[in-house]
Amino acid sequence: MNIASSAHRLGLILLAFVTACLPLNAEMSTLRGTGDLGIIIERATGSLLVFDSTRRATIARVEGLGDLSHASAVMSPDARYAFVFGRDGGLTKVDLLTGSIAARVVQAGNSIGGAISDDGRLVAVANYDPGGIKVFDTETLKEVADIPATCAKGRSKVVGLEDAPGRRFVFSLWDAGETWIADFSTPGEPRVTRLSGIGDRPYDALITTDGRYYVAGLFGEDGLTTIDLWQTPLAPRRILSGYGNGEAKLPVYKMPHLEGWALAGDRFVLPAIGRPELLWVDSRTFTEVARTKVHGQPVFAVARPDGRQVWVNFAHPHNDTIQVIDSVTGSVMREWKAGPAVLHIEFTPRGHEVWVSVRDGNVVQVYDTHTFELKAEIPARNPSGIFLASRAYRTGL
Amino acid sequence: MRKRRRSLSTSLALLVTVSLLSAPACAVEPKDRTSTSQQNVSAERARELEHLVRQDCGSCHGMTLKGGLGPGLTPERLASTDRASIASIILDGVPDTPMPPWRPLISETDAVWIADYLLTGRTP
Repeated sequence: MNIASSAHRLGLILLAFVTACLPLNAEMSTLRGTGDLGIIIERATGSLLVFDSTRRATIARVEGLGDLSHASAVMSPDARYAFVFGRDGGLTKVDLLTGSIAARVVQAGNSIGGAISDDGRLVAVANYDPGGIKVFDTETLKEVADIPATCAKGRSKVVGLEDAPGRRFVFSLWDAGETWIADFSTPGEPRVTRLSGIGDRPYDALITTDGRYYVAGLFGEDGLTTIDLWQTPLAPRRILSGYGNGEAKLPVYKMPHLEGWALAGDRFVLPAIGRPELLWVDSRTFTEVARTKVHGQPVFAVARPDGRQVWVNFAHPHNDTIQVIDSVTGSVMREWKAGPAVLHIEFTPRGHEVWVSVRDGNVVQVYDTHTFELKAEIPARNPSGIFLASRAYRTGL
Repeated sequence: MRKRRRSLSTSLALLVTVSLLSAPACAVEPKDRTSTSQQNVSAERARELEHLVRQDCGSCHGMTLKGGLGPGLTPERLASTDRASIASIILDGVPDTPMPPWRPLISETDAVWIADYLLTGRTP
């Protein structure tokens, strides 16, 4: 009797299990990987497109992500989930396979991007208001830590939040000229190291792919600051001081982005701020070795993954143009008007193609990087940032 | 008028052609009820300026103008600032801050239109 009852219950459980699995099985008929997927932010409509870079086609639109102006994203280690940072403090975990929102929190009033820890367990968000960073569990989006960016002026806006090896996040304080390192390598409260004297108003930063150097761009000074994270004790070092020769900066209609920094051979290239120039920097000595005059004030200068080319877009009012720089000669090899308001450039992992968002053209263009042939145009609503799942495997992206 | 619904084209040439053909098509100016400055700017220019405010000013002030690296520009935030001061900040920037002078790109009439646009809160 007892056994029969147990068997009956087991049968019911099995039936429930099989029923629950049905939709899953239906999905499995389209079993696929995620390595060539990516997302396109549709900034004005709070939506994003999931795309397949191999087929050059969008496969889903996900809506309800809030204010996505200046949104960015990082990817989970399994390359299935995108963590999208909205302007309005929204942090949304998007499932690329199902084209749906897996979790979402609104964690601040005004945000500017984020980073994912090297183990993929923590996602951190940089906040302007209230100034600081917040850190969340990537599985649940439950808050793990809240680190207010306290300074003499109260709370500072946070910029240039990057992941560093060893479950660390590095970020800078716009209002305080400091860089902080939050170390989550041991259980419990994170250990926070504060470095002062970074410079006048750091506005963005990058971390080199090996996780060794954190480089902050400065709005208020002619130069950048680097921190060698392999060094003990940590000490900020000013580099490229006076790259503007003391000349007045041109009006900056859009802040450059350092995250798309480009390593090309033994030197890397950075967009100058307030000057229509790219700066070539020796990657060992951090001294300037060359300079390229470009069409306008650069916003992104992104190297093709092999470093052979650098693709550049520009601030308003020159934002209809793309220039491609030959990284060996440092000269402009191609230039064309891609369309109104070119906002972002994302290469496929091996660099055979590049995806370019043209905001006011409501289109994303796909180019062959060897022939410069326009391979496809993908309709999108005011597209801005483009983020491929393969970013999961690079420190600092 | 910017063409919003452009048919998908796989040709860059066609895209460029379409852009060139997107000449001003709407000459009917909506009756303006907010301010005299608004009558000095054509409907087409008004659309361009609104686009500029949302998209390009929005780089720093947020697309919904609630702030970013730069302060919010909602009517509440601007309540204590008059139209002329706002227009002057737009035209000449704020020294030693990231706020650039827009004088090289827009006219004084444009700046006054933007000031009104911000103050009247006809923002998204």
